Amino acid sequence: MLRLPRFKYLRPKNAREAARMAADLGPRAMFVAGGTDLFPKLKRRQFDVETLIALDFLPRDIHNGSSECVVGAGVTLASAASNEHLVKSFTGYAQAAGLVSSPPLRNAGTVGGNLCVDTRCNYYDMTYEWRKAAGFCMKKDGDICLVAPSSPRCWAVSSSDTAPMAIALDGVVGLTGPDGERELPVSVLYRDDGMDYMAKQASEVVTSLTLSAGRDMRTAYVKLRRRGSIDFPIAGAAVALQLDGDEVVRCRIVLSAVASHPLEATAAEDFLKGKRVDAETIRETADIAAKPAKPLDNADLSHFWRKRMVHVVVEQALLQAATRTPGSTVKLLGQYPE
Amino acid sequence: MKQEVLRDVERVVLKLDVNGERTELLLPVHKTLLEVLREDMQLTGTKHGCELGECGTCTVLVDGRPELSCLVLPIQVEGHAITTVEGMADGAVLHPLQQAFAELGAAQCGYCTPGILLSAKSLLETTPRPSRDEIREALAGNLCRCTGYSKILDAVELAAGRMT
Amino acid sequence: MTSDGKFGVIGKPLQKVDAVAKVTGRAIYADDMLLPRTLHCRILRSPHPHARILSIDTSAARRIPGVQAVITGADLPIKFGILPVTQDERALEHEKVRYVGDPIAAVAAIDEEIAAAACDAISVEYEVLEPVMSIDEALAAPKDERIQDYGGPHNIHKLVALEFGDVEAGFAQADHVREDVFFFQGNTHLPMEQHSAIATYVDGRITLWSSTQVVHYVHRALSKVLELPMSRIRVIGAAHGGGFGGKTDPFAHEIIVCKLAMLTGRPVKCTLTREEVFYAHRGRHPVLMWVRTGVTRDGLITAMHFRTALDGGAYGSYGVASTFYTGALQTVTYDIPAYRFEGCRVFTNKPPCGPKRGHGTPQPRFALELHLEKIAHDLGIDPVDLKRRNFVMPHTRTVNWMRVTSCGLEECTERVMTASGYAHRDKRPGHGMGFAISSYLSGAGTAIYWNDMPHSEVQIKVDRGGVTAYCGAMDIGQGSDSVLATIVAEELGLQPADVRLVTADTDTTPIDLGSYSSRVTFMAGNAAIEAARKMRGMLIEAVAAKMKCDAAAVEVAGGRIGDFSFQEASVLAEGRFGTLISAGSYTPPKLAGPYKGSGVGPSPAYSYSACVVDLEADARTGLVKVNRIWIAHDVGRAINPLLVEGQVEGSVYMGLGEALMEEQAFRKGLHKWPSMLEYKSPTFLDMPEVETFIVETVDPEGPYGAKEAGQGPLLPVPPAVCSAVYDALGVWIDEVPVTPEKIVEALRRRAKGEPARFGPARFPSIPYPTAIKVEPPPREMDRAATSSI
Repeated sequence: MLRLPRFKYLRPKNAREAARMAADLGPRAMFVAGGTDLFPKLKRRQFDVETLIALDFLPRDIHNGSSECVVGAGVTLASAASNEHLVKSFTGYAQAAGLVSSPPLRNAGTVGGNLCVDTRCNYYDMTYEWRKAAGFCMKKDGDICLVAPSSPRCWAVSSSDTAPMAIALDGVVGLTGPDGERELPVSVLYRDDGMDYMAKQASEVVTSLTLSAGRDMRTAYVKLRRRGSIDFPIAGAAVALQLDGDEVVRCRIVLSAVASHPLEATAAEDFLKGKRVDAETIRETADIAAKPAKPLDNADLSHFWRKRMVHVVVEQALLQAATRTPGSTVKLLGQYPE
Repeated sequence: MKQEVLRDVERVVLKLDVNGERTELLLPVHKTLLEVLREDMQLTGTKHGCELGECGTCTVLVDGRPELSCLVLPIQVEGHAITTVEGMADGAVLHPLQQAFAELGAAQCGYCTPGILLSAKSLLETTPRPSRDEIREALAGNLCRCTGYSKILDAVELAAGRMT
Repeated sequence: MTSDGKFGVIGKPLQKVDAVAKVTGRAIYADDMLLPRTLHCRILRSPHPHARILSIDTSAARRIPGVQAVITGADLPIKFGILPVTQDERALEHEKVRYVGDPIAAVAAIDEEIAAAACDAISVEYEVLEPVMSIDEALAAPKDERIQDYGGPHNIHKLVALEFGDVEAGFAQADHVREDVFFFQGNTHLPMEQHSAIATYVDGRITLWSSTQVVHYVHRALSKVLELPMSRIRVIGAAHGGGFGGKTDPFAHEIIVCKLAMLTGRPVKCTLTREEVFYAHRGRHPVLMWVRTGVTRDGLITAMHFRTALDGGAYGSYGVASTFYTGALQTVTYDIPAYRFEGCRVFTNKPPCGPKRGHGTPQPRFALELHLEKIAHDLGIDPVDLKRRNFVMPHTRTVNWMRVTSCGLEECTERVMTASGYAHRDKRPGHGMGFAISSYLSGAGTAIYWNDMPHSEVQIKVDRGGVTAYCGAMDIGQGSDSVLATIVAEELGLQPADVRLVTADTDTTPIDLGSYSSRVTFMAGNAAIEAARKMRGMLIEAVAAKMKCDAAAVEVAGGRIGDFSFQEASVLAEGRFGTLISAGSYTPPKLAGPYKGSGVGPSPAYSYSACVVDLEADARTGLVKVNRIWIAHDVGRAINPLLVEGQVEGSVYMGLGEALMEEQAFRKGLHKWPSMLEYKSPTFLDMPEVETFIVETVDPEGPYGAKEAGQGPLLPVPPAVCSAVYDALGVWIDEVPVTPEKIVEALRRRAKGEPARFGPARFPSIPYPTAIKVEPPPREMDRAATSSI
């Protein structure tokens, strides 16, 4: 049986205390909320950790204000996916939360945790013994990238389903550090680096996610994966549209699993703004959106095909968002974009 | 990895509520609920297939909701009600799901069965008459290699019918 | 059975005898066992695909507190293997490693954490050798050295060439000849339960509980490697968490825990991690295939030439048999008057391949079904029609001497055709339906170790009204215990729940060769009938004497024997005969043809299946969504229809996984994804509804007419999927798994004016020997096939 390494377990009472502990202990300590990303990686020895700092104090409620919705970072993905307010007003976010992994995992995994989910690579998300046999990579214990050996950087893939949607919805995270609190738009929470992929301080705790753009936005998240469940995204598109009649007033298009960070398709957004949504425009927008996606050979299926599929997921997400009345729910269809 | 066993083991006294029985145990804090159920509490009905959250075999209920015991620390669920397959039957009387699984041959090798029974139990508590697609969605985290899932779907439907 | 010919329990959808244990979590699997003072074992495995071991230093591992023993290959130098001709494995290798995952050293410690740390503390010095990772590389001269020191040339393990009838004449008669190349990717069993074994050594005797399909073969291997007589070794099959062929070899960890138990004087347990299960493997061989067939204008086959190249991995395992199997059963579904088969297995630096559900036959079945479909398109004949014209007839001998008795091919086809509406299918683009058939053995007609012993034996004991049946067969979840109980109950007028079972224990049960090749219902079932009928005879005789009537007048049914309850009757019989025991055994008829290699393929009966797959395939993305599958299976007689359906549905599931996603892939010498997350196994949401039809042809030799159900129905699924994809999009995907990228690529090629297919471009040049020419059996054997030998 794969087992966890020995660690100390600290239970701070609040975020400030947790952040101070993290600041004191440095890189040998990590936060744990749901544990669904952390524990498998600890069992595979992808982190050297002596201490876990529990975030069980994180708020587990969802406040539905008049113009925004504040989701506690401790809310489970299952609760977020089924929350009435989120489903009604921030549909795409609820969809994304409901498409993470599998039902039992969503009962433990949290909103905050999914925003912080480690970047993935099929040379890295392997057991200690496998990585030892393959030769360690720069993300853990080694010094080269096994996907692109001549590259000076790590190409691990951002694999959060909810982060792109949070960006599309102008999400803002509440952060608590050892010395204070601050807010940070989710759009600047990530760095384009497979190793050092978060722009927040390691000691800062994500305490909340505030979604604000949703009220008058039509949103959709389309996820591509091999199976109907369990799998991480191998491409995904989060879309938020505000329409005036047929005309696009505002739009956000953010891609998942095609880069080391959630990738905002700004050129496509600019193209779509002010246009009428029809099949042709959607197709052209999807074409532009797919251009910056650079999948590499470190996830399921070939990267050529995944690159081709980026266009498809964007198109599907735009179609879903555009054809829906704002706020209505959409039944999640099976494994593939319809 | 070879250095790890030189570290001290932090042990904690935990009161666990498993299948309605409260037990106080002194446990290494890094031992998962799966390991504690099987190795410290002799509740070997909870099986394991990957220990990484990828197969659903080790599913137990925490306050009625399915979670993967391989990814849960006992310290995280102290004070919460844990249900394992051993807690499904009412004494010697099988739970209707267990009865239906037995009657319809929904358990072949039986190894994924405890996890699937618990996921199904949770489903029927919130959705007493689920559609076949709702059953599929609810059980989508539990892999089975024997049955092709057909008999499992039949058995959940049969039990749901009997319970309502 | 009652005097009016009605069955008491046969044919009824009864609950399995172990159902309650399994739904309550009370069945004890090997990893659930913990004996007092048990030590935990972990195994150090090779990080290199191909290397010589220069030195192993275990001193640091031994110094870790809690470590009780460390062993290496020097402690277990004797080689073993499942086949007598390929004894090429060591429990721990100390000279050379042949794949990433090859076991090198083992630690027993007070807990698993310490054992794992100790493995990491062992240092091994290697001389790294060039790995051989493909069939083409294995056929070429090795850069460093050969993987194994037998076989050849180069890394060829086995070459086979057989010719039945006049193949050249057959091709000369043909109006149309077609050649195709296909590839079936390797995949693995992925049982939910990771292999596990626990051993104790007390007073000079070993007892091993293991998650195995074959206690008998583990028993043999332990005796050989540990150098202990079989009488001092007891192997018990623990409750079994899934095999599918993957637990049919004796494994290193089973030998290792016994050795460590002998050295430490304490029980030792080893449960493989999921990653190690991928390395234990013995799964589906990747097979490259070339087939050439001649047909008349009407689509009747005049001759066939079939070539296979199997990527065997690093060791022999069942590989010699697998190689023969890739050529053996083509003739069992289609009447092929002249047939040449050339097979080749190579060694590569990957985990060894072996038997997986359908052992060596799903790959050629895939090729054959698609090849015939292409021929039908060439000739403008409906593919189903062309196949039907070539179906074998019941009670015939094939050109390669396989004896066909009962055969429900036509009826199976009719059932799925009618139910699916295939002939009137909706022919819109993107929608397709595909059809395929198959056949499989009801147990191999020859044993692995050729001898005259029965293949299965059953003993029955009756006392104080209780019935106990003893048999070496291992219930791996398919329900073989329930089948045995049902048969004994049927003969004694009882219910299955009245029969206690003792199975899969080499100390207490008579031999059964194990749960592989779909043999248990047929062989142990026939042995159980014989034993139960002897017991029934004694009970009837005692009752008839008491009733002062003729034995023929004593009815056995409903828990009564004549005027007496079963318990009263058993007391009467025990008074008359003393201890009530009976025994039965089963030895298959000698069916092998007069040629070397004829031992692989013959079976006392063949099952038949027909399948239709309905799917949507998207031309833009290549994504496939299966809507529904219809499957009809000729099981001879369903002893328990519930169990038969379960086996058929499970086979369809596994076949669909192989068709669409399962793949044992390698990159840079390593298994690319040894995990449940990345090795894709269909979830609840990936499985369509399956409509199952049981066809009963009542086989003349099967128990009550029963044949196999657990493997054959897998076989038609992959070709039916590819046939449906062609129906939907007009492109051939000539290899599995059918991933979306392959469909997209095939469509791209078509758009460029290239052949509209994705698949292997060529079949390599292989130095097959001159084919051994075998005279086909005389045609008169057809008429008397059932009784002929």
